[in-house]
Amino acid sequence: MAAPVILIENLSKSYRLGVIGTGTFCGDFKRWVARKRGKPDPYSKVGVLDHENRTGDTLWALKDINCSIQQGDAVGIIGRNGAGKSTLLKILSRVTAPTSGAVKIKGRIASLLEVGTGFHPELTGRENVFLNGAIMGMRRAEIERKFDEIVDFSGVEKFIDTPVKRYSSGMYVRLAFAVAAHLEPEILIVDEVLAVGDAEFQKKCLGKMGEVTEGGRTVLFVSHNMAAIENLCTNAILIDNGRIIMQDNTAKTMQYYLETVLPSVIDDIPLSERKDRSGNGSIRLTGFHIEDACGNKLIAAHSGMDIVLVFSYQSHAPEPLKDVDIGFSIQGKETLSVLYSSYVGQTFKTLPPEGEFRCLVSRLPLSMGHYQVGARVTVCGQESDWPRNAVGYLDIEAGDFYGTGKKGFGASAPLLLMGEWTIKDYTS
Amino acid sequence: MDLQSADVQTSWDTILRPQRAWWDLRLRDLWSYRDLIWLMVWRDFVAVYKQTVLGPIWHLIQPILTTIVFTVIFGTIAKLSTDDLPPFLFYMAGNTVWFYFSTCLVSTSKTFTANAGIFGKVYFPRLSVPVSIVISNLIAFAIRLGVFLAFLLYYLLAGAKINPNLWLLALPALILIMALLGLGMGIIVSSLTTKYRDLQHLVTFGMQLFMYATPVIYPLSSVPEKWQWLMLANPITPIVEVFRLGFLGTSSIDPLYLLYSTGFTAAMLLTGILIFNHVENTFMDTV
Repeated sequence: MAAPVILIENLSKSYRLGVIGTGTFCGDFKRWVARKRGKPDPYSKVGVLDHENRTGDTLWALKDINCSIQQGDAVGIIGRNGAGKSTLLKILSRVTAPTSGAVKIKGRIASLLEVGTGFHPELTGRENVFLNGAIMGMRRAEIERKFDEIVDFSGVEKFIDTPVKRYSSGMYVRLAFAVAAHLEPEILIVDEVLAVGDAEFQKKCLGKMGEVTEGGRTVLFVSHNMAAIENLCTNAILIDNGRIIMQDNTAKTMQYYLETVLPSVIDDIPLSERKDRSGNGSIRLTGFHIEDACGNKLIAAHSGMDIVLVFSYQSHAPEPLKDVDIGFSIQGKETLSVLYSSYVGQTFKTLPPEGEFRCLVSRLPLSMGHYQVGARVTVCGQESDWPRNAVGYLDIEAGDFYGTGKKGFGASAPLLLMGEWTIKDYTS
Repeated sequence: MDLQSADVQTSWDTILRPQRAWWDLRLRDLWSYRDLIWLMVWRDFVAVYKQTVLGPIWHLIQPILTTIVFTVIFGTIAKLSTDDLPPFLFYMAGNTVWFYFSTCLVSTSKTFTANAGIFGKVYFPRLSVPVSIVISNLIAFAIRLGVFLAFLLYYLLAGAKINPNLWLLALPALILIMALLGLGMGIIVSSLTTKYRDLQHLVTFGMQLFMYATPVIYPLSSVPEKWQWLMLANPITPIVEVFRLGFLGTSSIDPLYLLYSTGFTAAMLLTGILIFNHVENTFMDTV
């Protein structure tokens, strides 16, 4: 039995809402005057992202979490947006202190929460490696010793003496990851950074992280990329509403998440009443369903058919809205596609106060499976409504996409392409 | 096996709890990150001087221009006393000292607001940021001190009535007191700015007023007897005056007041670190 390297005991974290202060003397004074005169708080925000896990003024981002993580484990942390994953990582990486409970840690923790933390744009790659390493707790001599290895891993040797402000975002990530990966921390925390690098580098990172765990070190990995978690992590922790719902092997936990936790959010509360959204609210999405080309509502579709994705909305804006752009995403284990109306050259110049956005997708190129649909609306480039979790599902059954009666490869290859095969004869 | 697991139970490296004891200053933590402090000093230096060719030159031009303005306005027009010292040197001495103290205070007071991004991502002892700022400000101070010394030499050769003396040796102590006092007061302000952002404006403005409450543009001797205690309550007063005493040879201050400055600095620094450590715990929740 391996020894625990992280032990979390009754950990809770609360945020107090509305009592934080407005951030200025003037603001606090105005608020005080308003309260004295019985007027509403001039600084209270209307229509901002709300959360279901609040009691009165207190929002419990984490509530009584208990768990232990063993040495050498690669643990994925999964859960919906706002479930408490990031808060947990913030506490583990010592960015913020818990409200109650304790976390006991053995060994050095390095967190790779975001790309290029502490990179200074004016400094060269070389200089930033040293600075970044030191920020993460390495001694100078240690960095010097590993410098060549870091640069080698990052693949930016040629530009190591160029200021990083000239780097592409991909190079940025590589260098940042390379530093963190060579920190040789006993515990490495990775939060969604890999999404930025190219596929080859992602593979390299995953490989490196795998190596890290084989070397007896521990990795905590938060990502919305289920495929990456599945590849890398042996175990997973499922967090929902600030509590740990499940801690088991990755496959089991992920299955429970995708089949039980995620649908419950989407099915239990009508979209119009959900709070997990951001945007200025000038338009509010109120529902989602799919129809066939003739306008019949569907529960499931099959590969290759023409379907219409229907997003109903309401708008309470006093004036008619202009330049409305709506987009939707289709997600399996990772995002498969995003389509905004503006991509195909359509924005809606004027919009009735209530109605439906309808998108006809011909010959649906998805193989059988269960997909989540996300949606986001912008008006004049400003985010109007973005439900953070899926607005609904797309259940696809096997169908005759190719027009040959063949079903194709199956669910493990979600994207269907049409092609024509020919032969070129080299001998003639 | 049993022994091993017992060992495991007691060997946690870090225990994160809601609050630390108030007397836990975490200075050992800071010490273990000393390389980071040096790298940040070096970063400030490189970044500033890479960006502009004028970077170092600016520190040559600014004190000279400020001194000229002071000399014209306060010396020639307002005819304030300079203890019979050459006005140019008198103002430049005050200005050089004041500059270091005020930049230390103002720049450390921005610690939390200017570094919110990085503080939100990764842990390192937050105190390393203001400490590194105070050290990197020494570079600009050194340039300004050099300018001052050049003029001092010029005036000496020209036979001006100044006599540098052994109080010069107090210079390192003066710098240390200024650095620590600027640091202490700066981190108090920076801790408060996490709650009140507009305090930042107050600092910039307040430092201007503070300068007039310090014998920078006038000598302590020109202050009426009955108000001198008020001037001496200002912990920077002895520093400016002893600096002038050492380099120019004239001051009405009893250098023992430096002990007061030292005590005041120690108190400020301790208070500052305590508040700062308290704020750093949950600072990220309030930005």
